[in-house]
Amino acid sequence: MTDRLGIVTSASLERGTDVRLDSPVSVEDMVVGRYVTIEGQKRRFFGMITDVSLGVTDPDLTLTPPDTTDPFIAEVLAGTSTFGTIHVTPMLTIGGDAATILEGPQPVKTIPGHFSVVRLASESDMELVFGKEDPQRFHIGNPLDMETKLCLDLEEFVKRSNGIFGKSGTGKTFLTRILLIGMLQKSKAVNLVFDMHNEYGWKGTREGGPPVKGLKQLFGSRVAVFTLDEESSKRRQVSTDFVVKIGFDEITPEDIAILRTTLNLTELAVEAAYELRKKLGRSWLRQVIELGDEELEEALKGTAIHESSLQSLRRGLGTIGRLGFVVPKAPEDAVKRILDCLDRNMNVVLEFGRYREISAYLLVANMLSRRIYNRYQQRMEEAIAADNEAMKPNPLVITIEEAHKFLNQEVANKTIFGTIAREMRKYNVSLLVIDQRPSGIDQEVMSQMGTKITCLLDNERDIDSVLAGVSGKSELKSVLARLAPKQQALIFGHAVPMPVAFQPREYGSAQSYRGFTPDKPTEKDIEKLWE
Amino acid sequence: MAEIERVGEVIEASTTGFVAQCYQLYQMPPLGSLVKTGDSSSELYGIVYNAYTTSLEPGRRPIARGRDEASEEAIYRASPQLAKLLRSQFEALVVGHREGDKLYQHLPPRPARIHGFVYQCIPDEVKAFGESFGFLNIILNARLPVPTEELVAASLRQMSQAHEDRRSFLVAAGRELAVLLSGNLNQLNAILGRLK
Repeated sequence: MTDRLGIVTSASLERGTDVRLDSPVSVEDMVVGRYVTIEGQKRRFFGMITDVSLGVTDPDLTLTPPDTTDPFIAEVLAGTSTFGTIHVTPMLTIGGDAATILEGPQPVKTIPGHFSVVRLASESDMELVFGKEDPQRFHIGNPLDMETKLCLDLEEFVKRSNGIFGKSGTGKTFLTRILLIGMLQKSKAVNLVFDMHNEYGWKGTREGGPPVKGLKQLFGSRVAVFTLDEESSKRRQVSTDFVVKIGFDEITPEDIAILRTTLNLTELAVEAAYELRKKLGRSWLRQVIELGDEELEEALKGTAIHESSLQSLRRGLGTIGRLGFVVPKAPEDAVKRILDCLDRNMNVVLEFGRYREISAYLLVANMLSRRIYNRYQQRMEEAIAADNEAMKPNPLVITIEEAHKFLNQEVANKTIFGTIAREMRKYNVSLLVIDQRPSGIDQEVMSQMGTKITCLLDNERDIDSVLAGVSGKSELKSVLARLAPKQQALIFGHAVPMPVAFQPREYGSAQSYRGFTPDKPTEKDIEKLWE
Repeated sequence: MAEIERVGEVIEASTTGFVAQCYQLYQMPPLGSLVKTGDSSSELYGIVYNAYTTSLEPGRRPIARGRDEASEEAIYRASPQLAKLLRSQFEALVVGHREGDKLYQHLPPRPARIHGFVYQCIPDEVKAFGESFGFLNIILNARLPVPTEELVAASLRQMSQAHEDRRSFLVAAGRELAVLLSGNLNQLNAILGRLK
C-alpha cells in the first residue's frame, strides 16, 4: 500500500476536490504537481495536486495562536484543530470492473464520494497511466519527485504538430534533443531540423559545462548534417554531408512576403515583387539585384510599380543577395538531397552557421519546407490514388525554432508552417515548434497543436496562450508558474493521458548517452540468427 | 498481578454516578482515578470527581482540639473516637460499564447497588479502559461541582501512569479532546495546560 495522505472532504467536477491531510502527513511534503490517487467506492481517480493550504477548525485559533513552543501542545493540535489541505484536480478514472480496466484510464466525468481515501500515486499507478518503456514509448524523464519513468508514446506524438515552449535558458534545447532522439529511435518519423544555433547536429553547448554530443555523434548512420555555412562548420570541426546553396531563381515573391516585417518592406514593395516576377519571369530576383537603375527602369516600362516601392524592395532584396549561401545558380538541388536522405530514413539537421539573423532563417526554413511539403503532398496523393501504403513517404517532423516569427498572426497563413500546423498529418508532415514567446503565435495554430511541452514561463500572456483550451487551466497555471527555472517541464495534450510536470532525463553525461544509444547486439542475439 | 484494593462501599447511587464511603478515614482514591463496583458479570466504572470528610452526624460539627497538642497525630491519639465520628466519602461519575468481557464507554442500563463494594482499578484495567476515549465526552458533558477541565486533566494524568509511554497516551487523548472541543479553544487550552 502506498502512503495514505488524507480524505476527500469536498469535491466538484468543475473545481476539483479538497483533501484534508491526515495528521502525520506534513503539509510541507505536499508539492504542487504531484500525483495522487483517490479511491472511490466504484472507481479510482488519478489527479494532480494543484494547491496546498492550511486550515483550522476554530477561527479563534488564528486570532489567538496557541503556545506552540510547547512540543506537546504543538503535537496535539497538528492534524486536529490545525490541519493541512490539498486541492486535487482529478484527471482520469479507472473503473472497478474488468471491462473498464481493459479500456484503460478514461477522462473524469464524475467525482469521488465523501471521505474517499487519497494516496500518493505509486510507480505502478504511473505505469498504468503512462505505460512502460517499450518499442513505442520513450522515456523522456521522471514525474516531479518520483522515480517512475515517464514514457511518451511517440507514434501518437508525431501524429500531430507539437510545441516546446519556455523562457530562454529553461532547457528547451535539451528537451528537444531528447525528443528528437526519441523520435529517431521509437517512431517511424524522420526529422528535418532547422538548427538556427548549431545545437543539434554535431555538438551543442551547455551552460557552465563541457559541450554535449549532438545527434550525429550518437546516431552517425541515421543523421545527415547539412550546412549553409561551410566555413563555420569547418571551424567547429563538424563533418557535414552537404552544403546547401540557394539559387536566386528559387526565391519567389511569396518568400519575400513573409519577410516583410523583418526586411522592413512596405506592403506596396511586396506587391511590386509579384509584379516583377510576372514581368521578368523566374530570374526576377537576379535582375533586380544585378541590373543597374536605368536598365531596370527600361525593363519595367509599362508596369505600375512606383519608384519608391521599387527602391524599398531593392534595399530588402539586397540584404538577401548579400547572404553568403544565396548564389546566382545553385550547383545542386538542396531539396532533392534532403528528400533523398529522408527517404533513406535519415534525419537531416540543417546548420545555419554564422547566418543567425532571423531573415536568413525565415527565408531558408520557409522555402525548403514549402518545397518539401509540396513533394510530400504530391506523393501522398499518388499513394492514395494507387491505394498503396508502401508508396507513402516516411512521416516527417519539421523542427523550427523562433516559431513565433513564422506563425504569428500576420504571416501564419502565408508561410507553409501555418498550413502544416493546421492541416496536421493529412500529408504525413507535422511540426515541432520551439519558441519562447508562445503568445506571439497565432491562436488558431496554437489550438491545433497536439502535445505541448512547456518549461517555465512567467509572462502572463505566454502562459495564457500555452494553456488556452486546456481543461483545468487555472490549476495547471499554478503548476506551470511554479516550475523550477531549469530542467522541469509540464507536458499535456494529445500524446499523454493527463498533464504531468516532469524532470527531463539527463542528457550530457557518458552514462546518459549509453541510455540513448540502442543496445549493441549481444552474443545471444547473434546466436539467434543461426537458429 | 497487583492486588485489587477495596476502597469503600456505595451509599448513594444514580444512573450517572455514585457516592461511596471509605472504610478508613482519609483513605479515599485520588481525584480522577478509575474505580469500579458491581459483580464479576457486570461492573460499573466510575471516575472519582469529588471527595470529602464530614462529621457522621450532620448536626454535630467537629470542633478544634489541637490547642495543647504538639502535632496533628497527637490529636487523633488523644481522641481515638474521632476516627469513628468522622467519615470520608467520595463521589464518582459513571463513565462506562463492563458486561461479560465487553467494555462499553457509555452509561450502564442500571445504576450501582447500595453497599456494593468499590474497588480501585489495577493498572491493567486502567490501561484497557484507556484504549478508547469515549469517556471523555461523558466527563465534558457532565454537570459537576468541580471544574470539568480539572477533572479531565486529572483523570488523564492518572490513566497515563498505567501506560509505559505516557506521552503518546497523552498526545492521543489530547487529539481526541481537540476534536471534541473544536469549538471551545479556551477549554481545550486549559486542559492541555494541565496535562503535563
